[in-house]
Amino acid sequence: MKKRYIVLENGSVYEGESFGSDVDVMAELVFNTGMSGYQESITDLSYRGEMIVFTYPLIGNYGINRDDFESLRPAASAIIVHEIARRPSNWRQMMSLEEWAERTNMPGITGVDTRALTRELRDNGVMKAALVNEVTDDIFSEIKKFVPSKRMVADATTKTQYQNPTDGVSIALIDFGLKNSILRSLAKRGVNVMVFPADVDAETILAANPDGILLSNGPGNPQDVAYAIPTIQTLQEQLPLMGICLGHQLFAIANGAETYKLKFGHRGFNHAVRNLSKERLDFTSQNHGYAVNRDSLSKTELVVTHEEINDHTVEGVRLKNHHAFSVQFHPDAAPGPHDAEYLFDDFLNMIKNAKKETTQNA
Amino acid sequence: MPKRTDIKKILVIGSGPIVIGQAAEFDYSGTQAALSLKEEGYYVILVNSNPATIMTDAEIADKVYIEPLSIDFIERILRKERPDAILPTLGGQTGLNMAKDLSEAGILNDLNIELLGTKLSAIEEAEDREEFKALMERLNEPIPESTIATTLDEALEFADTHSYPVIVRPAYTLGGTGGGIAETHAELTEIAANGLELSPVTQVLIERSIAGYKEIEFEVMRDAHDNALVVASMENFDPVGIHTGDSIVTAPVQTLSDREVQMMRDAALKIIRALKIEGGVNIQMALDPDSYKYYIIEVNPRVSRSSALASKATGYPIAKMAAKIAVGLNLDEIINPVTGTTKAEFEPALDYVVFKIPRWPFDKFASADRSLGTQMKATGEVMAIGRNMEEALLKAVRSLEIDAIGLDDITFDELSDEDLLQSLMPARDDRLFMIADLLRRGVTIEAIHDKTLIDEFFLDKVLHIIEIERDLAHNIGDLDQLAYAKKNGFADATIANIWHKTTAEVRQLRTQASILPVYKMVDTVAAEFESQTPYYYATYERENESIKTPKKSVIVLGSGPIRIGQGVEFDYATVHAVKAIQRAGYEAIIMNSNPETVSTDFSISDKLYFEPLTLEDVLNVIDLENPIGVVVQFGGQTAINLAQPLTENGVNILGTAVEDLNRAEDREAFDQVIKQLKLPQPIGKTATTVPGALAAAQEIGYPVLIRPSYVLGGRAMEIVTSDEELNDYMQRAVKVSNDHPVLIDSYLVGQEAEVDVLSDGETVVIPGIMEHIERAGVHSGDSMSVYPPQYLSQKVQDEMTQAAINLSQAMNTIGLMNVQFVIHENTAYVIEVNPRASRTVPFISKVTHIPLAQLATRVMLGEKLADMGFETGLVPADDMVHVKAPIFSFTKLPDVDSLLGPEMKSTGEVMGSDTTLPKALYKAFVASNIKVPQYGNVLFTVADDDKEEALILAKRFNNLGFALFATSGTGAYLEVNDMPVEILDKISESSNNSVEALKSQKLQVVINTTQADDRAESDGRLIRNAAIENAVPLFTALDTVNAFLDVLESRSFTVNEMK
Repeated sequence: MKKRYIVLENGSVYEGESFGSDVDVMAELVFNTGMSGYQESITDLSYRGEMIVFTYPLIGNYGINRDDFESLRPAASAIIVHEIARRPSNWRQMMSLEEWAERTNMPGITGVDTRALTRELRDNGVMKAALVNEVTDDIFSEIKKFVPSKRMVADATTKTQYQNPTDGVSIALIDFGLKNSILRSLAKRGVNVMVFPADVDAETILAANPDGILLSNGPGNPQDVAYAIPTIQTLQEQLPLMGICLGHQLFAIANGAETYKLKFGHRGFNHAVRNLSKERLDFTSQNHGYAVNRDSLSKTELVVTHEEINDHTVEGVRLKNHHAFSVQFHPDAAPGPHDAEYLFDDFLNMIKNAKKETTQNA
Repeated sequence: MPKRTDIKKILVIGSGPIVIGQAAEFDYSGTQAALSLKEEGYYVILVNSNPATIMTDAEIADKVYIEPLSIDFIERILRKERPDAILPTLGGQTGLNMAKDLSEAGILNDLNIELLGTKLSAIEEAEDREEFKALMERLNEPIPESTIATTLDEALEFADTHSYPVIVRPAYTLGGTGGGIAETHAELTEIAANGLELSPVTQVLIERSIAGYKEIEFEVMRDAHDNALVVASMENFDPVGIHTGDSIVTAPVQTLSDREVQMMRDAALKIIRALKIEGGVNIQMALDPDSYKYYIIEVNPRVSRSSALASKATGYPIAKMAAKIAVGLNLDEIINPVTGTTKAEFEPALDYVVFKIPRWPFDKFASADRSLGTQMKATGEVMAIGRNMEEALLKAVRSLEIDAIGLDDITFDELSDEDLLQSLMPARDDRLFMIADLLRRGVTIEAIHDKTLIDEFFLDKVLHIIEIERDLAHNIGDLDQLAYAKKNGFADATIANIWHKTTAEVRQLRTQASILPVYKMVDTVAAEFESQTPYYYATYERENESIKTPKKSVIVLGSGPIRIGQGVEFDYATVHAVKAIQRAGYEAIIMNSNPETVSTDFSISDKLYFEPLTLEDVLNVIDLENPIGVVVQFGGQTAINLAQPLTENGVNILGTAVEDLNRAEDREAFDQVIKQLKLPQPIGKTATTVPGALAAAQEIGYPVLIRPSYVLGGRAMEIVTSDEELNDYMQRAVKVSNDHPVLIDSYLVGQEAEVDVLSDGETVVIPGIMEHIERAGVHSGDSMSVYPPQYLSQKVQDEMTQAAINLSQAMNTIGLMNVQFVIHENTAYVIEVNPRASRTVPFISKVTHIPLAQLATRVMLGEKLADMGFETGLVPADDMVHVKAPIFSFTKLPDVDSLLGPEMKSTGEVMGSDTTLPKALYKAFVASNIKVPQYGNVLFTVADDDKEEALILAKRFNNLGFALFATSGTGAYLEVNDMPVEILDKISESSNNSVEALKSQKLQVVINTTQADDRAESDGRLIRNAAIENAVPLFTALDTVNAFLDVLESRSFTVNEMK
């Protein structure tokens, strides 16, 4: 196989072998600790602009199947694995990960000491890096100069609005880089889902007369999506609202909170999160590089509802006197545990209660 | 909830002796639990009948009782100690059953003692077939449909209305005898009829067969606050159909998509929550390889062998956490001891692959049925860690110590492709090698999958190894190929074999090319957080994480998998050595490959290398750590065998020097020592050919004891009485050659006795003499052993002491040595010397309060025994009597003859201690689960040579009021000698036979001996099997009967007529 190199902005170089597309890529390098669910992660649009290092050494064991896409194409810029399966085996697989990477032109590198690389990221924080065929003299300065796109959400979001019609509760879902699992979670509950592009304005949404608003996950820095803030501010005053991941960060910003970049993020699904109101712990599916600054909440009407039990990162907030909350993790799982799936039911109940109140008030 | 302050004193119940299915893993869990409770400030009392355990060490608990795990004795302890609570879920099924019995007997209520951890009702719900079925139905979790049939029609009706194939499991038959899988109505008719006939209660379970499904296991924990998590997911290499203890297992699951993983995780959490488990459970599930359909197979509501494996595989200490949960702590209140910073409420993420292979006893039990099924047969297991599956697999293979370093070391050249393919089912212990051989011959993965249903993903890993073998053969000397092979787990020895080089040459080539292993940490978090765990495995990659510290270090080699002859005793010694090394101010480093043990608990040593114990793997660690020395005396034959090659590689062996170790093992050299010391020894000869052996035996005179050189646990050792038998032995049991001579000794009739010796080269301490109950001919590991000696004359004891001192000095022993004697005509003859810690070390250490392994370690590190207050000679005994009794696992291995002989057969041991020999013996019998009846019927069926002696025993039984039964020959002899006896017919003659009598519970004791030339006699074998099947005490050595009678007599008053 053809040699490939990962070059880190701190000067480290890792050698491996190419699979999939052999184009040169520059992106942020992040690691994911899930032992399964590579297909979901690779196609999770929140990974746009990122190369994923999988810490589990055997990737591709069960191939690629039809049902586990979070979006139809690879979202990650590239994947870095210790060993890509040469003969995957699972009743649902249609092709190997390697074959799929080739067909979809996703760059990949295998044969890498991913544990060493992960330790480097853990110690130094997330880094910019390049996946290249040749380590040239000016590659390091190129990496240093590289600025991640500020248009990641714009690139990831749907261009037009669309609907998954049912006769159930209507939810307007703003797509910042939506994972299919959110649609699945809603579909499972019979929700009439109307999906809108990230730059939608509040009037357009209100015109569709939804019962609630869901802010989806998405890639990149929430500060780059400032255009969505006024929309959220308007909508939260009128309709029940739930935010997930990037949607959570945008909801927090819309209410005056600040966000910051984590040293190496949370990517995996063994992080326990405490639901402070229910005193319960859930294992959550996580993929975020940014988080809401806890100190910044004091000047807002937001209350912390969830926190990570080890580093106490803010994992969820709610807005006082509103039917509005958001979580940093993925209650839609995929990949990862279903522990927090009840939040969708909470949201639907919230919508029901809000309706009752409205009727009563009317 | 914070930990409870309303309880202070907690009793932890251990699991008793090691048997197949319940082994060292419970020493690990019990030790962890006790330490964990002490850490929280509780007063811990421990009870276990097994002396060969770390958990019964005085330092583990505040108080330790080595007493039988029977309700009577535990009640006594409870009344004496008045604990507030009992923790029963860490001592295997034994501990759990004991708690149930105590509760049902009302004792716990009486004494106001609480059971900690999972409630008994939950345990019932998980263990009782009907309750479990009801629970699963309530939870809407599927289990395989089944019914209990007492007639053939019932069995057929179930299968006809459900679907074939079905599994037939007869109730209460030995090792599941009579069971099977029926594919059709006709097959079921045959199997079920037979099963009903064989079942003592005429009952069979008919269950829908899910053989061939993927077998998945989850290790799950829950606390009282309902927090629940999955510690580990594991996927069996072997599909459903083979007991998980006999299955090759990988962690984490490999071929399941996240959807499947989460589906099964949801089910596992649902079950643990429904059962309200407070602690850990193991949930076994079967997943259809072609759909989302799954079944729950079994739920074990306690820590288990699988949880020990999961703990070692992930680094997450399940038993320790379970103990903390039991005292009220929640998972988010406990710190993950691996990272030291994060919480125990955490699901471990692995960044490596774990491979477990069971270790089976078929090397010792040549006659045993090697097929694997629902009855576990393995005595132990090995685990290996790698960064890919090939590496983990090959490391596991060479950890097994079955004369196979690679998959190419066991081949099946005599079988055709078709025959070999057919041999895959039913599975045997060597199936992995069969698969490799088939792939090597070009048989396809598909063909093997069709036959075995083993997932093609796994088969492809084996194929990859075969391809690398081939590529190596085509590229001799190629460094890229070498590096690639190393990344995939190939041993230097395997490469050397393929390249026709020596292992040393390959090593040199590899070192020159800087193809060196690195060591990575097992940290539970896939490197996401910094960890402090000193737990490492080797792999061939870029970054090494194990950094040598400036502190001087000592490496202790463990003893590998538990097998017949090399059990948990050696782990005990290993752990003690570590403690002594640490106290002496050195860094203690352990290498071992056994996931069940205390020694592979990363918190025991300063550094743990979970690695195979082969020369290459050990040298690699030594190259990195550069220790001041290596301790080989505690790791059984595994470690001692490495002494010579390690020395040749310039490694410093601590303690007795290699040339002296060799002198004990080399027959000629050893004879020289004996001659020099003028010690009495049975005449012995060495032969390298069959005629040579015959000549030697004739010269010595029959009977002779014959065995190959360099053996452990008496493998292939037999007593032969004629040229014919000798010829037969030479053909059957050994391949004799110049390199592999056989040893032939005069077989002296007499008691055996042994001593362990501790020496620093100047002072020689004999902590005690152990006298065997059974005379020579029964392997010392299978004999009951008494300390201090009860019948040995002072002369003999003096002779033994002096011989041991002289031997120790002549052989320059630094550390431990074990000397075995046979006492023939009031003279002690030396029969064997082992220049290392023997299996009696834990027993003798505990009864004499002399921590032999620790002292030996200190001595090896240069301390002097005189400075510690010891002087040369036998340490005087106190006035307690201690009996060590062997425990067997015959119920699990129906094809292994229960007749005792020079080949070791026991899997574990118990201890009974009291003020008199009969009392100590009684406890030993009770602890061995031998019912000691007050009256009843005793069956004698003995060899002609034994009849005279049997008569004396029969008289004693008769005096106690036992009725005598006998088979025809023995009965005639007893009748002639005026004993009232009922003679039973031969099995072929009528139903008034011994086997039927046993089945109908008519007999309470069976005494059976055979002539040496009569081994295959069918009735004796059937009677022994029936005795074991019906849990009737069976004695195959008259000396044991004598001891048993001593106990009976001491427990009963005699009734004498007036004269």
